[in-house]
Amino acid sequence: MDILPILSTLRRHKLTSWLLILEIALTCAIVCNAVFLIGQRLQRMDMPSGVAEHELLQIQVADVTAPSNPYARMAEDVAVLRQVPGVISVASSNQVPFGTSSSNGNIRLDPAQPERTLFATTYFGENLVQTLGTRLVSGRDLKPDDFVDVETAMKGLGNGDSKSLPHVTLITRTLAERLWPGQNPLGRVIYLTPVVGLRVVGVVDSLVRPNAYDKAKAQYTMVVPIRMGANKDQSYLIRTRPEDRASVMAAVLVALKKADPQRGVTTKRSFDDVRRKFFQDDRAMAGMLVGVIAALLIVTALGIVGLASFWVAQRRRTIGVRRALGATRRDILNYFQTENFLLATIGIALGMLLAYGINLFLMLHYELPRLPAVYFPVGAISLWLIGQLAVLGPALRAAAVPPVVATRSV
Amino acid sequence: MFAYYLDLALHSLARNKALTALMVLAIALGIGASMTTLTVLHVLSGDPLPGKSAQLYYPQIDPQDIKGMMPSKEPPEQVTLIDGLNLLHAARADRQALMSGGSAPLDPEKANVDPFYVETRYTTTDFFPMFDAPFLFGHAWTAADDEAKAREVVIARALNDKLFGGANSVGRTLRMAGVDWRVVGVLDKWQPNPHFYDLNTGSYAYGEQVFLPLQTMLELGLDRNGSTDCWGNGGGGVGSILPSDTCVWLQFWAQLDSPAKAAAYKEFLVHYSQDQKALGRFQRAPNVRLRNVMQWLDYQMVVPDDVRLQNGLAFGFLLVCLVNTVGLMLAKFMRRAGELGVRRALGASRRALFTQLLIESGVIGLVGGIGGLLLALFGLWLVRQRPSAYAALAHLDLSMLFITFVLALCATVLAGLLPAWRACQIAPALQLKSN
Repeated sequence: MDILPILSTLRRHKLTSWLLILEIALTCAIVCNAVFLIGQRLQRMDMPSGVAEHELLQIQVADVTAPSNPYARMAEDVAVLRQVPGVISVASSNQVPFGTSSSNGNIRLDPAQPERTLFATTYFGENLVQTLGTRLVSGRDLKPDDFVDVETAMKGLGNGDSKSLPHVTLITRTLAERLWPGQNPLGRVIYLTPVVGLRVVGVVDSLVRPNAYDKAKAQYTMVVPIRMGANKDQSYLIRTRPEDRASVMAAVLVALKKADPQRGVTTKRSFDDVRRKFFQDDRAMAGMLVGVIAALLIVTALGIVGLASFWVAQRRRTIGVRRALGATRRDILNYFQTENFLLATIGIALGMLLAYGINLFLMLHYELPRLPAVYFPVGAISLWLIGQLAVLGPALRAAAVPPVVATRSV
Repeated sequence: MFAYYLDLALHSLARNKALTALMVLAIALGIGASMTTLTVLHVLSGDPLPGKSAQLYYPQIDPQDIKGMMPSKEPPEQVTLIDGLNLLHAARADRQALMSGGSAPLDPEKANVDPFYVETRYTTTDFFPMFDAPFLFGHAWTAADDEAKAREVVIARALNDKLFGGANSVGRTLRMAGVDWRVVGVLDKWQPNPHFYDLNTGSYAYGEQVFLPLQTMLELGLDRNGSTDCWGNGGGGVGSILPSDTCVWLQFWAQLDSPAKAAAYKEFLVHYSQDQKALGRFQRAPNVRLRNVMQWLDYQMVVPDDVRLQNGLAFGFLLVCLVNTVGLMLAKFMRRAGELGVRRALGASRRALFTQLLIESGVIGLVGGIGGLLLALFGLWLVRQRPSAYAALAHLDLSMLFITFVLALCATVLAGLLPAWRACQIAPALQLKSN
């Protein structure tokens, strides 16, 4: 196909051609970045929690009047829950993976160190490793005599009495690797405050923090043996078989109500719900991006159809002349297809530059990573395809113009 | 003349129905998408207390220990109890209030209603006049009540409706957290958005049901919600354990009626920090900030990034739709070169043709704007179905309605300018000849 005649025609429609190129460039640039953003969101939504998500239930209860002994109250509740048929294991915790609300601490490896080493989340709860189903990769689990009541711990913290403070902790593999790369973390000490030094006694495979917004820091997690006692912010975590979740939840609610009819249940959900809620905005954003991409491609395609139809109508006579001079239908078809391909290619080339520019802007304002090169062909291919599909109709109509048109005056 | 041009425009638009529909659709989609996101952005970045917010300031001071100090670092985002009470009692501002949020179990003492949790705000008397909270019945508790740790509450209208059937409940008793409280006031519907005075308990569509004196809360040890930041050996803030002295967990707001007073107050904060350092309580050099409401919201980046990103995306989409419309209009106008040539030859001036073509694009803009408005209403309905906290706020107000039409008309007339100008450049004789 000779492209010179096409170029010479386009030169006569400079403004319109440039507008079409501009539209393709803008669409290409936005589609590249939108697909990239969707990829980011999907990747985020896939973040591993390290727990047996399909086997867990979360319950929170609230008393009308605070119990006189919250620790005894919590122990009673746990005992009640363990009795429910289908319950495999029960834990109490101040926070849950992907639960948003979190307790965190500045970690120092030397109590005198001026700047913190990092900011880690602290799970306070009993029986967490077994119930959550995270694997202990080295060392031991927390033992009942490691645990300290929270009030005792707070008093100890206030008067600097280290005897009434916890002494050990579990950490995740990621945190161990970050604090002591390539070394054995067992027996090392982490300082949460100048007087709270916690010896690492065990390493768990993976346990995500409740507010995991940054992938790199999502596993900076510690489990500290502090007993929180019953209050409205504590959660009971219940492990059961996936297929028993609904029936166990119902039975558990009945058992808790029976234990204390005065009490209200403020949270009752499966871990699938926890994850769904945590990532709901990402899902909505990904959905919206898909919508925008679809709308953009449709508008651009319709624009191409509209312009191509105009050009075909405008050039009917020229087409007739070409046909009369021996051009085949295929030649005419190819002509319009090549014309569109040329315009699309220029548009895509500009679009790539623009996509890169938009990405730089987004990196500056929204903490996004650099647009990987693999996303550029996505925009290119989709626009070439859309262009060819859109121009096919008008081009076929052009090819159908009979040679006899050349002899008629319009 | 206008009527004639309008007639011509409608004629021309009717001749090419598919193309007209395409242009209208593109404009409507672009306007619909951008107005949906712009409305959400407008609602979320709005002024929670118009007319008042410029006089309300959020003082920040830095009571932290010397560890991790860096020169340009921002002071903590809340205050400790000691500093909060000191600033409150110093009473250097026109009005001031110290506060924290929480929740408490409320027992309606009715056989058929189970106890339920209500969101609470523990604060001091100036809270109400300072934030322009409107009273339906009664009034706020007094400064004396604050000091006397009075068991008095101000409740929200919704709770008054629920508990007392909307009647004047001033003087009635409320059973909450195991204690009897006397109702002294009922607030009318009041929910500043964003929830600027404490963003930690929820940024949008969050409102407390019960307000009670902070001192009473301290005495009773009621549950708190929100953020607690500690340093050194600080801790607490779980359940009914109060945060220790090296924790910031309260918000302090001050009303300063003139810029001069604000400047003087900032001076006062510096002096206060110096005094505290001299006393040995503070270790750092004075590090203070004094932001007003809008500056504070801006600093806290309260508008979600996603909402701004969506807005950018929608306007990108509108731009594509407009380029699309410009291209189609240009093609359309150029194709009518013959007709325009005839009109020129018959004596129509360039300006007349230009006006006529602009009216044609204006008609598309108007119809597209109406379509866009309908789409925006639908889009906002979709937004409201989302689970985000701010979803319920996504409503079109009058100003946004007006902006929709201005945007649609401006956009299409602007889109019509280039094609109309181009079409008017046609030499009439040439067009007549070729036909």
